[in-house]
Amino acid sequence: MPTGKLSLLLVTSLLAGTVSGAGPGNKPRSGYEFLSPETRDMQEDEFSNPGFQTVDEGAELFITAGENGKSCASCHGDRGQKLKPRNIASYPVYSEQLEKPVTLQGQIHRCWTERLGKPAMKYDNKDAIRLETFVRNLAEGRRIDVETGGPMRPYYEAGREFFYKPTGQLDMACAHCHEQYVGARLRAQVLTQGQSNGFPTYRLANNRVNSLHERFRQCQNLLRAQFQKAGSDDYINLEVFMHARSNGLRIETPAIRF
Amino acid sequence: MNRYIPVLTSLALAALFSGSVPGADQKAAPESVDYIKWQAAGYAIAKPLGSLTGDPAVGRKLVVDRKKGNCIACHLLPVPEAEFPGTVGPPLVGIAHRLSEGELRLRVVDIKQLFPHSIMPGYYRNPENYINVKKKFRGKTILSPQEVEDIVAWLTTLQ
Repeated sequence: MPTGKLSLLLVTSLLAGTVSGAGPGNKPRSGYEFLSPETRDMQEDEFSNPGFQTVDEGAELFITAGENGKSCASCHGDRGQKLKPRNIASYPVYSEQLEKPVTLQGQIHRCWTERLGKPAMKYDNKDAIRLETFVRNLAEGRRIDVETGGPMRPYYEAGREFFYKPTGQLDMACAHCHEQYVGARLRAQVLTQGQSNGFPTYRLANNRVNSLHERFRQCQNLLRAQFQKAGSDDYINLEVFMHARSNGLRIETPAIRF
Repeated sequence: MNRYIPVLTSLALAALFSGSVPGADQKAAPESVDYIKWQAAGYAIAKPLGSLTGDPAVGRKLVVDRKKGNCIACHLLPVPEAEFPGTVGPPLVGIAHRLSEGELRLRVVDIKQLFPHSIMPGYYRNPENYINVKKKFRGKTILSPQEVEDIVAWLTTLQ
């Protein structure tokens, strides 16, 4: 009876199972660190970073008035200068009124209908992503600081569970690639920690700015998993966990990523 | 229900604790009618699935086919024309030196029997064990029994 071999296997598999979050070896590293020098330069130069076209489109929407003659700029200034970068960097935040977390895009939707009197947009509507990209870019360089305690705790925990749960026919969890195998190559692509500090981000894979929820859908689809609609409760919880996981990293929106 | 016989009971138990086995909240996938049962013993599946004979030449194509095995995504393989092999898994050069045909088969079929937390998909895992599968793939295995045997046949040539 190969008891020795069996228990050795058991120990190995249990050890492999302790993939629990941010230990000292798992200091958050921006996807920027995994880019080639050329792509880094492209990201940092406003004129060569194609994501800034989306920022400009968002800026345009920001000053466009709704039915009631008000625009985002009416409250927040023509260039959004009255918005505090510190607040932007703290999203998602808990809303006492809604009794759940609200993402930055979620807050834009609330303003859009409640303050501007405009017809509601779907989550991840192109204009909503444009506005989100513009607003988040206002906090570029600011360190992400998402609350994980208090009423945010259960949502953070739910997002965390999602991150570690294998899914789809390929039976992989986010953590498999973005925690266990960071730095390894999946074909020619280097696996990053999958940090969210560059989102909405310009993806070289599809040559446009992608929201975080779009990226969740793309990843789940790749795993042959049943992906969800943008703005779903699961994705909002995952966004809470992901942004909190990026706490301390500087916002790079619009970043350039593969 | 008990179509699937975990021989390595304690390992299956470890998998249960880790949550890599579907919980009660998961809807059962439609049962696959043509799923061929297999049994692992001694860390191997000794017999070919459905007593099929694999073709190593076909297997060589499947291991670099993105829609099939796509082994090259994670493993270095002696297939020189396929550029940029992945580094997630161990190189498979000379793998037949280290593992028997039956051991290779179990690893292709369902590696989670050995390593519950492995990133590697189970290419002929019982579809009932997959969670939250996209409709198109529900109730299906990643590879057909013939494709598994073709790949195993090719792997055994890697001396």
